[in-house]
Amino acid sequence: MGSGNRKKFDNPIVEWVDSRLPVFTLMNKEYGVFPTPKNFNYLWNFGAIAMVMLITMIITGITLAMHYVPHVDHAFDSVERIMRDVNYGWMIRYLHANGASFFFIAVYIHIFRGMYYGSYKQPRELLWMLGVVIFLLLMATAFIGYVLPWGQMSFWGATVITNLFSAIPFVGDSIVTLLWGGFSVDNPTLNRFFALHYLLPFVIFAVVFLHVWALHVAGSNNPLGIEPKGEQDTLPFNPYYTMKDTFGVLVFLIVYVAFAFFMPNDLGHPDNYIPADPLVTPAHIVPEWYFLPFYAILRAVTFDIGIPFTDITIITAKLGGVLAMFGSIALLFVLPFLDKHPVRSAVFRPWFRIALFALVIATFLLGMAGGKPAEGIWLYVSQFCSVYYFGFFLAIIPFLNKYEPVEKLPPSINDAVLDKNIKANAYFYAGKVK
Amino acid sequence: MSSTVDKKGKGETRRDFLYLTAAAFGAVGAGSVAWPFIHQMNPAADTLALSTTEVDLAPIEEGQAITVMWRGKPVFIRHRTAEEVERAKSDDKADLRDPETDEQRTKPGHEKWLVMVGICTHLGCVPLGQKSADVKGEYDGWFCPCHGSHYDTSGRIRKGPAPKNMAVPEYTFLTDTTIKIG
Ligand code: HEM
Ligand code: FES
Repeated sequence: MGSGNRKKFDNPIVEWVDSRLPVFTLMNKEYGVFPTPKNFNYLWNFGAIAMVMLITMIITGITLAMHYVPHVDHAFDSVERIMRDVNYGWMIRYLHANGASFFFIAVYIHIFRGMYYGSYKQPRELLWMLGVVIFLLLMATAFIGYVLPWGQMSFWGATVITNLFSAIPFVGDSIVTLLWGGFSVDNPTLNRFFALHYLLPFVIFAVVFLHVWALHVAGSNNPLGIEPKGEQDTLPFNPYYTMKDTFGVLVFLIVYVAFAFFMPNDLGHPDNYIPADPLVTPAHIVPEWYFLPFYAILRAVTFDIGIPFTDITIITAKLGGVLAMFGSIALLFVLPFLDKHPVRSAVFRPWFRIALFALVIATFLLGMAGGKPAEGIWLYVSQFCSVYYFGFFLAIIPFLNKYEPVEKLPPSINDAVLDKNIKANAYFYAGKVK
Repeated sequence: MSSTVDKKGKGETRRDFLYLTAAAFGAVGAGSVAWPFIHQMNPAADTLALSTTEVDLAPIEEGQAITVMWRGKPVFIRHRTAEEVERAKSDDKADLRDPETDEQRTKPGHEKWLVMVGICTHLGCVPLGQKSADVKGEYDGWFCPCHGSHYDTSGRIRKGPAPKNMAVPEYTFLTDTTIKIG
């Protein structure tokens, strides 16, 4: 960030500021002339989209907080007041509630992009791991936010999820009391959740900054997964990708506001319009849709794990479920160190490609199973898909490291892009080069 | 003054010792400053003070149950029938996941009263079985609909994912028909 050999700006005010604090030089270097691979597809829009969603959540959130009251006697009513009486309150709340869903949609696609094109591999391991940290913080923020309106799902979701920590041996119950600040989910819990819900998005913002910093050290990956070799392989970020990102962001925002305005409650659960009642558990507790795959993994462990042929239990079903759920995210975190195959992009890894698509299907099935009561066929679906999820990381990837053939890669991005036969569809490029 | 550096290169010096003691003091200091900021999250004095409740048992008929709030949690109080008590006692010898006798879960002379925290020990839902029309599960006690845990007439876990019996809170009989919970 030093001013090094700074170029002068024509505008005297800009120049005055920049010679004292080179923010304009920095912006120009990182977002103006920044050399970016010229073969991005639309999947590369989702980083920018996620950033726009983060800012949207912060703006709608702070304006909601101006009217929201974090007290068990007033929280539900204050949200209803936002919906009915506060000027445009309904709009701000619907944008915030649906914004969380669309934030997750963007982040899930962004993560899939990273996995498909091997963006987690050397030299982008830390960049990827910072991304997983953002994902975890996002889940924490959304979970805590969902408690704030203090409806039945808020209350019972909070009860079930905080109770998970009681599975930790010895200290579990003390941890749960510490989280609650009482003997059940109650006013102290709601109060601290509000404080944390306000804080965490700004922590996310800080980690996003590190994530983008790491990105600008390594440079972007691209659909071919080969490094740019020179100027012929790249374009300056502005105007090429500022335009493409703006276009993608606008299309995404259209879908998002269509939900917020025309079907604002389709992604939510009707029970959350019933005020929280600590004496009545809803017949069927379900988390928000974006947590369903992880919820299914949690419930897939229905058996104690012990020493065979004895009565000794080492891991109860409850603890096993919790470990599996957190483990599924921990595996994402260490993915760069599990996958040692030298080829990055799935475009040139037909075996990996099949395994990854199967993982996507398994995750969708887990999501469906997570929304159903954990019994009958859906229990087996979630158990089978959980086994595949873990198998993908712990068995298939190590297997592919050893046995998946290393294909011949195109000589450069430029060569690949200019080859008329494969230009439109890098997918088939693999077959051509062989 | 003797040299702080061991010229023969034989390991520790006085400076190493100073570093270590300084670091140890620093760690203790940081810990003692951090503790208040962690402990503030634990139940506050007024939350703890709210933690007793007195209940009049007189209006509860045999076979009926009521639910009262104690520390923000539901407490189930059941006036058990003779059959229910009998069944609970005979199951003392059954294969229990969390072995406890019915005697250990009630007060001597007041065996017909079962008082327990009405929270499923799996993930904290409120089990069904308090109202006469409720499903009571395979052991005629309580049934948790969240993930299917069955409790018997002594509130002991018999089937399903919950690891423990429903907890019996601390309580005392003030008279034959009033109890103080907590
Ligand atoms: C990472 C960004 C954020 C996410 C994912 C998020 C998520 C959520 C979710 C899922 C809800 C529940 C919506 C509902 O069903 O009613 C919620 C509510 C709320 N959030 Fe956020 N939020 C974020 C940022 C913020 C920020 C920065 C604030 C500022 C204080 C904020 C303030 C609130 C308030 C006051 C509510 C309660 C009102 C309501 O339920 O609509 N949020 N949040
Ligand atoms: S909470 Fe009762 S069975 Fe899970």
